[in-house]
Amino acid sequence: MARTLVNVPETARAGEIIEIKAMIAHPMETGHRVDAKGATIPRNIINRFECVYDGATVFAADLYPAVSANPFFSFTTVATRSGAIRFIWTDDQGAVETASAEITVT
Amino acid sequence: MSAARWFLPAASAVLLSGVLMASQEEAPTNEKRSGLDYVSPETRAMQEDDTSNPGMLWVLDGETLWNRAEGENGQSCASCHGDAEQNMRGVAARYPVFDTDSKFPVDLQGRINQCRQARQKTDPLEYESDALLALTAYVAHQSRGMPVAPGADSRLAQFHENGRRLYEKSIGQLDLACSSCHDERAGERLAGAIIPQAHPTAYPLYRLEWQTLGSLQRRLRNCMIGVRAEPYAYGSLELVELELYLMSRAEGLPVETPGVRP
Repeated sequence: MARTLVNVPETARAGEIIEIKAMIAHPMETGHRVDAKGATIPRNIINRFECVYDGATVFAADLYPAVSANPFFSFTTVATRSGAIRFIWTDDQGAVETASAEITVT
Repeated sequence: MSAARWFLPAASAVLLSGVLMASQEEAPTNEKRSGLDYVSPETRAMQEDDTSNPGMLWVLDGETLWNRAEGENGQSCASCHGDAEQNMRGVAARYPVFDTDSKFPVDLQGRINQCRQARQKTDPLEYESDALLALTAYVAHQSRGMPVAPGADSRLAQFHENGRRLYEKSIGQLDLACSSCHDERAGERLAGAIIPQAHPTAYPLYRLEWQTLGSLQRRLRNCMIGVRAEPYAYGSLELVELELYLMSRAEGLPVETPGVRP
């Protein structure tokens, strides 16, 4: 299933500040909730988000249990050269979700 | 130096009175307003940008499910209905409709499950499951921007009438009817939230409190629990009748699926 939604401008001028948006479907289970039988639901949150562009990590965040389900990030970076902008989400269970979007820099 | 400082409060006072006048002019309650008109600018912005609207995650899933073969015949929704963008356009704007086989009204979720059982020969999807919400959201999304237009089907009259009766009937320990809040006190506050007019034009919608997508039936059950009444079961006739009545009240408002609400 499509679990991520990323938005990157298709084209940009070199040196231009571009806005990037990334969202992922994830329950962000806090570890503080109990199920119907009273047992603690184990914590499972995305604990790390990274955005890699042109060989560098341009944005990264550590996440904690207070972040809501389906976390959404919006940030800016400077367009340098054409290529892929990659997104990496890692959760407590070690599951890694990636997404990628192409940008053409003129 | 002080000239500008003196000027500022005066200007903001003028501005403030302008705002007050505007809100008084907006007062007539016979004007239909979507719940979107009562949300914060941030929530509205979240809904209006498809890359920040979390409901779009379900819409995208729904597109995958629409094309996935299920059941013993190996048929997908697309096998019969083809391209949803063309063939499902306007469907959500006229649902619930009368089902000629069962002789009862059926809503979008009910129709999807009916199709799964009768045509695809597979199990119905559970209410509020991600799969059912995704398919419903995908189908309803095809009608986004279209005005709600319930058909005039005389066979629905008695169910519509019952929906209206349920809407106006006081229930629960708090002894409140839907109409007590959504007709008589729409636009006023219930604690911190503004009471909307209860036009279900954005379902299934992403409710920030739920942190997930939810159906209109979930919302209705939520309100019933809120007035401390025993909620009707998912898929019950009463909930579909309420949906039917609510959609007729919302006639003319645009479909917003997937909406975002606090």
